Amino acid sequence: MTMKSNTRQVDGVTIVDLSGRITLGEGSVILRDTVRDLISKGNKKILLNLGDVNYIDSSGIGELVSAFTTVRSQGGELKLLNLTKKVHDLLQITKLYTVFDVKDDEASAVKSFSR
Amino acid sequence: MACSLGKKHGRGGEYGTVGSRAIAVGQEPVAMNHKRVSFTLDSTLETVNSAEATASNLATEAGFADDEVMKIAMAVREAAINAVLHGNAYDPAKKVLLEFERTSGKFVITIRDQGKGIDLTAIPDPLAPENLLKTSGRGIFLIRSFMDEVEINPSAVGTEIKLIKHVHGPAVGGKEASQ
Repeated sequence: MTMKSNTRQVDGVTIVDLSGRITLGEGSVILRDTVRDLISKGNKKILLNLGDVNYIDSSGIGELVSAFTTVRSQGGELKLLNLTKKVHDLLQITKLYTVFDVKDDEASAVKSFSR
Repeated sequence: MACSLGKKHGRGGEYGTVGSRAIAVGQEPVAMNHKRVSFTLDSTLETVNSAEATASNLATEAGFADDEVMKIAMAVREAAINAVLHGNAYDPAKKVLLEFERTSGKFVITIRDQGKGIDLTAIPDPLAPENLLKTSGRGIFLIRSFMDEVEINPSAVGTEIKLIKHVHGPAVGGKEASQ
């Protein structure tokens, strides 16, 4: 299953609903292009909804890290929402779970962004 | 995406491919006490996806539980990425050897590239605080995390990595219980 990406705005926060696999190739490229596009348009409060992402490989992990550091370097915030167990476990063993700001409720996640 | 696993050289059983999923045919799992099959693959992204799918199917056939199948398939994917991307650098003249071997106690996957040979001393610890925000360098760490044993043998003519998962427990209903 290839990855799909859909963006929506909620109270000044851009929520990116991702589904499928974030892996070497198309999935990683879609995520990279989506985040770059948002930043270029001035959208620097980004919430990545990974609720329908069932698989990430090392390339996808690298792309998440890249998105995180890219947004932060632009003075923005990037947070993760609704991790599946597989993705949660992957972030745990790579010690990235504490690096990312991980949320499990959309409404409170949106409110958590700085105003 | 339709893809298949190039040349195959089977021993002790026949394997074939259908669509994007490589499948094993011809013998029941109970007859898989010793079975080996190898593929010679191009240095492409399709190889990475096919290697993962084949690993998933053969690990399932070998009787591993779903979470173990996922770990094995992911380890094979990471090893295939290393071979295609870092070893052979997508060079169409260079091939990747992928071999699956099933014995009574082990499921062994060997992946060999034709690159310059990985420098094991140059691989940073991805868990070190200074490396946490690096965008690469986690592949071998994940492979080691997901498999029981990992042997990496670099040489001037390529790198061979052997991924081993132990099979535990007696045969039950034609399948063997795994950890």
